[in-house]
Amino acid sequence: MNLTIMSLTLRAMLGRRRVLMLLPMPVILIGLTLVGVMSGADDAEWGPVIFSNLGLSVILPLTALIVGSSALGLEIDDGTITHVLTKPLPRSEIILSKLVVAWLVTTVATGVPLAVAALIAGSGSLAVGLVIGAAIGGLAYCALFLALSAMSKRPVAVGLVYLVLWENILVTYVSGARIFSVRQHATAIADSIGNTPLINSTVSVSTALIMSVIFILVGAVGATQRLRSFALTGEAN
Amino acid sequence: MTHAGHTYVTGPNSEDPAQPTGLISEGRTAVSNIELSGVSRWYGNVVAVNDVTLTIGPGLTGLLGPNGAGKTTVLHLMAGLMAPSQGEVTVGGEPAWRNPNMYRTLGLVTERESVPGFLTAWEFVLASAKLHKLPDPEAAARRALSIVELEDAQNRRISTYSKGMRQRSRVAAALVHDPRVLLLDEPFNGMDPRQRIHMMALLNRMAEEGRTILFSSHILEEVEQLSGTVQVIVAGRLAASGDYRHIRRLMTNRPHQFTISSSDDRLLATVLMGQRSVSGVSLEPTGVLVQANDYGTFTRALAKLAREHKIRLTQILPSDESLEKVFSYLVAT
Repeated sequence: MNLTIMSLTLRAMLGRRRVLMLLPMPVILIGLTLVGVMSGADDAEWGPVIFSNLGLSVILPLTALIVGSSALGLEIDDGTITHVLTKPLPRSEIILSKLVVAWLVTTVATGVPLAVAALIAGSGSLAVGLVIGAAIGGLAYCALFLALSAMSKRPVAVGLVYLVLWENILVTYVSGARIFSVRQHATAIADSIGNTPLINSTVSVSTALIMSVIFILVGAVGATQRLRSFALTGEAN
Repeated sequence: MTHAGHTYVTGPNSEDPAQPTGLISEGRTAVSNIELSGVSRWYGNVVAVNDVTLTIGPGLTGLLGPNGAGKTTVLHLMAGLMAPSQGEVTVGGEPAWRNPNMYRTLGLVTERESVPGFLTAWEFVLASAKLHKLPDPEAAARRALSIVELEDAQNRRISTYSKGMRQRSRVAAALVHDPRVLLLDEPFNGMDPRQRIHMMALLNRMAEEGRTILFSSHILEEVEQLSGTVQVIVAGRLAASGDYRHIRRLMTNRPHQFTISSSDDRLLATVLMGQRSVSGVSLEPTGVLVQANDYGTFTRALAKLAREHKIRLTQILPSDESLEKVFSYLVAT
C-alpha cells in the first residue's frame, strides 16, 4: 500500500460535491428507525425493511458505488491518473491503496449510521453484525466498482445495472442469482452475528463469506490487470 | 541508424546532421535513447502512426507536425501509455509498454491540463517525489520547483494558477526524479511569448545537461527558437528529420505567396517580374499576387524597389501561410 496515493485519493474524493450525496441516506435510516421504535409495532415487521431492504440493500451499495467508482474513475476522467501511472509503482500497489481508501470511507459512511440505528432499535449484537456485514459487503462492492471503473468509461451506469437488474430483479425471480449478490452476502453475515428478528437473510453465512472473498479477489486482480495495460485514449492526435 | 555492426546515434550537437555524433557498440544502447522501430498504431481502421523508425538521443528534439498528425500518439507510445499495434518502442533499451520501472528514467508532461487543482504546487511536486520513492523527497521537490522558478507561488492552490504556471508545476512534477528522458506534449500551448521563451530556455538548459528532451508542437515557427533536432510528422509518418538549421533553411527558402496592394499595382507587377527572387506575378482585383521563390531575398528587395519606383505599398499579405501547406512543402522536399 502507498500512503501518498491513499492520501491523494481521499482528498480528491472528499473534495468533490459527489460526496455530499452520501449525507441524506444515514439521516433517513436513523429517522425511519426512530419511527419504527416509537410505533410500538413488532420488530420483525419493520426491522428487516429498514436494516436489510434499506440499509444493506440500498445505502450500502449506493455508497460503495459512489465511493468505489470515484476512487479511480474520477482520475481517469480528468486525466490526473497519468501522474500516478507514470511512476515506477507496481499497479497492484495503486489498486490496493485505492481499494483500502474506498473501503474505509464506505464502511464508515454506512457502518456508523447502521450501528447507531441498531442501537436505537435496542440490539447491540445487530450493531456489531451490521458493521461487520457492511465492512465485508463494502469491500466486495468497492472491489467490484473499482474494477468496473478501470474497465469501463461509465462505471456508475454499469454498476447501477448490476444493482438494479441483478440484485433487485433477477434475484427475485431466479433464486440462484443471489449467490452472486453482494447485498445478500452482507445481509447473511449481519444476520448470523446479530441473531435478531430485526434482520433476516436467505443465503448461508459460509456461502456469503466464500463469495465475498471471490468478489474481493476477482475485483482487485481484475482492476490491477486492467491498469497494467491501461492505455490513454480520447486525446490522441 | 545501424551500420556495419554498430549503432550510430545522431544528436543535435553535431554540426552536420548527416554525421553521427556518437558511436555505440552493438548491444549497448545509450541509457537515455528513445527508439522506435517499425512502430505503427491504429485505432480500428484509422492509422494514427504508420511504420515510424527513429532514434532520439540526448539533446533537444522537436516533434513537429500539424494537428492530427500523430504526435500525441507517438509520445504516448514512448511514455508506455499505449501499446504499439506493431513494432517496438524502447527507452534506454527497456520496453516502454507494461514496464513501470521505465519511469525511473522518464518524465512526461501530457498535453491535457490534468492537474489536481486542490493541491498546492508544493504538495503536488512533493507527492510526485514520494511516489518515485526518492530518498529525500522534500529536497527533490524544492529543487524541481526552483528549476521552473515557481517557489514564490508554491504554497498556493494550483487551481488559482495561470496556464503557464500550471504548466510549470507539471514540468516540476515530471522533473522531480531528475529523469534522463523528458517528454512534453505541446508544452507551449496557451503560453504567452514571455512564458514560451522561458520554457524554451528551460528545455535548452536541461538538454545541455545531457538529457534527452522531446517536445511536440503544431507551431512550426517553434523551430525559430529551437537549437536541436527536428522530427516532422505528417499523417502518422515521419516526413522530415534533421538538424534545426536544415529545417529552418527549408522554411525560409520555401516559395511564398503574397498579395500586395499599392498605389500603382501595374507598375509594381512589372518591376517585380524583373526580380530573380520572383517566379510569378498576376494582377488581381485585390492587388498583385506575387509568387516568391526566396522569402528572405524577396522581402528585402520589395521595400527597396518600391522606394526606387515611388510606389506606395499599402498592404502586404502572405496568402499561403496555412500550416498544412508549410508541412506539405517540408514533406515534399
